[in-house]
Amino acid sequence: MDLYEYQGKELFGRFGIPVSDGRLATTAAEARAAAEALGGPVVVKAQVLTGGRGKAGGVKLADGPDDAEEKAGGILGLDIRGHVVRKLWVERASDIAKEYYLSVTFDRGAKQPLFMLTREGGVEIEQVAEENPEALARLHVDPLEGFQPYQARRLIYGAGIDDPSEQKQILAIIGKLYRCFVESDAMLCEINPLIVTPDGEVKALDSKCTVDDSALFRHADIAKMRDVEAADPLETFAREKGVTYVKLDGEVGILGNGAGLSMSTVDVVVVAGGRPANFCDLGGGGDAQGVVDALEVITRDDQVRSIFFNIFGGITRCDEVARGILTALDQMQITMPIVVRLDGTNADEGRKILADAAPANLHVEPTMLDAAQRAVELAQAA
Amino acid sequence: MPREGPLMAIVIDRDTRLVVQGLTGSEGRFHGLRNRNYGTNVVAGVTPGKGGQDVEGIPVFNTVAEAVDEQGANTSLIFVPARFATDAIYEAVDAGVTTVICITEHVPAHEMLRVYTYIRAKGVTMIGPNCPGALSPGKANVGIIPAEIFSEGTIGLVSRSGTLTYQIGHELTQLGLGNSTIVGIGGDPVVGSSFIDIVERFEADPETELIVLVGEIGGDEEEKAARYVAEHVTKPVLAYIAGFSAPPGKTMGHAGAIISGSSGTAAAKKDALEAVGIEVGTTPTEVAQLVADRFGART
Repeated sequence: MDLYEYQGKELFGRFGIPVSDGRLATTAAEARAAAEALGGPVVVKAQVLTGGRGKAGGVKLADGPDDAEEKAGGILGLDIRGHVVRKLWVERASDIAKEYYLSVTFDRGAKQPLFMLTREGGVEIEQVAEENPEALARLHVDPLEGFQPYQARRLIYGAGIDDPSEQKQILAIIGKLYRCFVESDAMLCEINPLIVTPDGEVKALDSKCTVDDSALFRHADIAKMRDVEAADPLETFAREKGVTYVKLDGEVGILGNGAGLSMSTVDVVVVAGGRPANFCDLGGGGDAQGVVDALEVITRDDQVRSIFFNIFGGITRCDEVARGILTALDQMQITMPIVVRLDGTNADEGRKILADAAPANLHVEPTMLDAAQRAVELAQAA
Repeated sequence: MPREGPLMAIVIDRDTRLVVQGLTGSEGRFHGLRNRNYGTNVVAGVTPGKGGQDVEGIPVFNTVAEAVDEQGANTSLIFVPARFATDAIYEAVDAGVTTVICITEHVPAHEMLRVYTYIRAKGVTMIGPNCPGALSPGKANVGIIPAEIFSEGTIGLVSRSGTLTYQIGHELTQLGLGNSTIVGIGGDPVVGSSFIDIVERFEADPETELIVLVGEIGGDEEEKAARYVAEHVTKPVLAYIAGFSAPPGKTMGHAGAIISGSSGTAAAKKDALEAVGIEVGTTPTEVAQLVADRFGART
């Protein structure tokens, strides 16, 4: 789960990482009130879960409440890489003398947390890594040993930070960021830029945090931060139904059992010349209620012209799945063509059950590829 | 069926003495009994508070330590809920179990980082979490893989996915080909055994003639496996990758199946594998056909 800048800063604040004072606003009037409360110049920042806000005109300096209201009016509703701005973070403006970069990420390849620190902040870290790798200090942490102060010292000397006051502040921030990362079950905690003000104060001017979905059960406060309004409404509906669903941009609705097979099904539809409307994983089972829930989600997408069920029966037998499909279709009025491919345990019985019931819009195909082709043809003909 | 033929296999074999952690739960009971019916030597179950009971003759203990002391358990199969899973793994390892297979999904990633570091230092073999387990047809089945769709043979199959593995195994069976061992390593960002760990065992396994690697988007384990195969593996290797049409930044069912920025794409994995001469099938059917072609070409 990705957090907005303001949510990440809230986490940072809990762990004692210095951030600027700010307020959340969803209207221009609220932005004005925020600026009034903060006093002095403020920065009005679009809250979207994507990069490139600055270039897209989503971050503006305002010299006071009138200006903040005007700037907020201009930013709200902006479309930044497909994300419409509905929230603003209004923050006391900071003078910037230097911009650094600090992050700790979940390095799944090395299977250890990875710190990165550089004096070249404010730009994409990939760019620094590529163009000027010696400027980037990197350090892995043994997850059992945890954070030790020497690691922070190696990072600041490695990055060439030599001002004693900056060193002292950044040493402290590194330790706090590690705690934030581990104790929040984060996959990423990034501060870019980590600024030094002309007075020598170091603070996080931005935040980018991602938290492990599997650990949200013990972080009710973070789980509540999920912005259901910003998510794709279909994905939100699927989440409520407990259906694993990702919206894609095509006409062939897809339902598979198991994540790998469902991904493979999406690929095979593309191989067959079609455009998948979604990824949807029914999970290991194939009971009627699961099928109903998944079909409700898939058919809510009005781009869908045909549905491709790709089921491989393992422990769950195909005859059970076939009955589940028929029960589900009985409960729902679906008129668009449905192509079913059943294979694996008891596949013959499953196909026979479907053939005997034979709803007019149900097509049974023997193989994954045949079924994909049929579903694509039917979508194109619709 | 499993009482004849050679004893060798990878990860699990006839010497496996299995303890099922969570045997008295519905999943644990269902699959534990299936594994026993297949011929796996299921010697114990563990459920705290239920010591002294039994599940169709399988004795249940309060702790894994008792299961090891009294029944000589050497392998653990874990079905406990996610929030208790890492505790169960540590318990098994500290009791002296040397192979741990964890089926549980949604184990927090940070916990797995610590578990991984801990078990590697102890030389323990771990499969999963979020995996279907391991099956050596005719020898042993530990986990939830439906054994009846696989047959005995010489193809080693290693995969991050469950049903996709069954699909490919089924296609192989239909072509008259069988498997030495099938290992589902799991769909999480951090799992106990990587492709390399399993490929290394298949390379050393006299029962395995050819290796099929089934990968998917996310991470770089397929790329690392490609480099490893180029340097260390003499047996033929074929591959399949799922997720060519997956959008970046979206978790595709498995917690580990996510393209981050520009890394972890199916195309990059395919390129890495093909660069070292590993053929990558476009569909599961094509992979099975490529395997059949290899066997045809050698006879």
